[in-house]
Amino acid sequence: MRNIQDLEKILNSELNTKIKSSLIKHNQIYLKIDEADLTEVILFLKSNSKTKFRQLIDITAVDFPENEIRFKLVYLLLSHEFNQRIIIEIDVKEKDIVGSITSIFPAANWMEREVFDMYGIDFKDHPDLRRILTDYGFEGHPLRKDFPLTGHNEVRYSHETKKVIYEPVKLEQNYRNFDYESPWEGTKYIKEQTKE
Amino acid sequence: MAKETKTLNLNFGPQHPAAHGVLRLILQLDGEIVEKADPHIGLLHRGTEKLIENKTYTQAVPYFDRLDYVAPMNQEHAFALAIEKVLKIEVPIRAQYIRVMFCEIGRILSHILNITTQAMDVGALTPTLWGFEEREILMGFYEKVSGSRLHANYFRAGGVHQDLPKGLDKEIGKFCERFPKIINDLELLLTDNRIFKQRNVDIGVVSKQDALDYSFSGVMLRGSGVPWDLRKSQPYDCYEQFEFKIPVGKNGDCYDRYLCRIEEMKESVNIINQCLANLPVGPIKTDDGKISPPPKKEIKQSMEALIHHFKLYTEGYRVDKDEIYTAVEAPKGEFGVYLISDGSSKPYKCKIRAPGFSHLQAMDYLIKGHMLADVPAVLGSMDIVFGEVDR
Repeated sequence: MRNIQDLEKILNSELNTKIKSSLIKHNQIYLKIDEADLTEVILFLKSNSKTKFRQLIDITAVDFPENEIRFKLVYLLLSHEFNQRIIIEIDVKEKDIVGSITSIFPAANWMEREVFDMYGIDFKDHPDLRRILTDYGFEGHPLRKDFPLTGHNEVRYSHETKKVIYEPVKLEQNYRNFDYESPWEGTKYIKEQTKE
Repeated sequence: MAKETKTLNLNFGPQHPAAHGVLRLILQLDGEIVEKADPHIGLLHRGTEKLIENKTYTQAVPYFDRLDYVAPMNQEHAFALAIEKVLKIEVPIRAQYIRVMFCEIGRILSHILNITTQAMDVGALTPTLWGFEEREILMGFYEKVSGSRLHANYFRAGGVHQDLPKGLDKEIGKFCERFPKIINDLELLLTDNRIFKQRNVDIGVVSKQDALDYSFSGVMLRGSGVPWDLRKSQPYDCYEQFEFKIPVGKNGDCYDRYLCRIEEMKESVNIINQCLANLPVGPIKTDDGKISPPPKKEIKQSMEALIHHFKLYTEGYRVDKDEIYTAVEAPKGEFGVYLISDGSSKPYKCKIRAPGFSHLQAMDYLIKGHMLADVPAVLGSMDIVFGEVDR
């Protein structure tokens, strides 16, 4: 079996201009690349006989609302032949449109739809970019950090109108997010109450 | 005179007994031939990933039970392994054995459910009744060790919650003696059954290349002849110490996948037997007081233990800033957790890679050109559980 350092060398020599940084951690390679090079790099990793990353494991995004470049898109690939995993990361701004890789891996179809649904990142040339996990007619992107945990709407069956209706969330008690790290100051909402 | 034909749109589900949960499958039919299938998922979406971001690591474990609810512990395993790798915790060997044993019990639980319901989808009722009797016994083991039959919440980062109760190992041993006969009975009912074969052989054939392209894993991949099992190729916990075989299919059809599952159950029994024969004695979780809570006895006497207990159940333990992907071979395929920790006691991001998600995605590819009656057969052989697909 080839070890992971060799793979890093191969990648650095074959793709040197495209790699922003590479890192080995937990026996996996973390590769940072530019958004523009994405399809090319993935196609290379899939088809090259020295890499053979034949399987796309998952696509996901991470939200860092305080950063200027808000999202990080993550692609996880697996090579059965060499028994190695690679994690590819690209930085994406909020309004950016990322190239779809559905033509390389058909499995990317739903994964990109999920990222679109959860984070609102658009993909170019995606055959069928619809919401996937959320409700029909849903608004917002739930996994963004600024989306409230309780959501905006709740749904119930109304006996008056004899149909299912949507209304704004009404909570009997607010969601309590205790801050245990500084035990003397208490939670945020208590602080706000005592200030008044 | 040419006859005018019209395609028919058919809603399969969301409440259909053969949809194995809440799947809304929109089928475009030409007569009885399926031209296109468009699965609508998300009817069971509970926002697990969002919830996990707002809970401590200990509080996040139960959410994993609720993903693939027929094999809960296998998923807790992936999460526990991710945290352990980041924190670099050494898991005591007894805990590793117990975890492997219960993961294999989970595999049997899941495979019994799948095989028997697949048989029911194509018209055989008896296997379900026989199989579920055994599942009941296995869930009894879950209950004895964790206190609940389904949502176990048993694995922890650094070990398991509590030790096996007295005598449980003997009971599991007894089950392992009896169970191969039950598998045999199921095989007698199904393997050479003419109807079962007519409904499954050469249905939903997946080629090797397509299995890779569509991100198949687990039985879906092995059924197509790719010898790949994370327990062998990237062993976690103490899987290296066991001898077991990986059944691989030849034709990649529904029938091969059924055969793979049957063989896998036999191997699981084999692994459990090896676990029981060599079960080491010793602690069942790490003794690091900053991660695992102290025993009740100590809380009454030691101030330090009391503080640890308090901090662990309020703030929880903190996990260093890191980013990791860990995967386990769950009964349905590669179940992975992509975890980003930021040094606090809550995960910053926890993406769950569910095998069923990619499998169901290929529904359109698998069913195109098949008859309507093959839809439940293919769906059954994919082993879909909506808890994990919708998350």
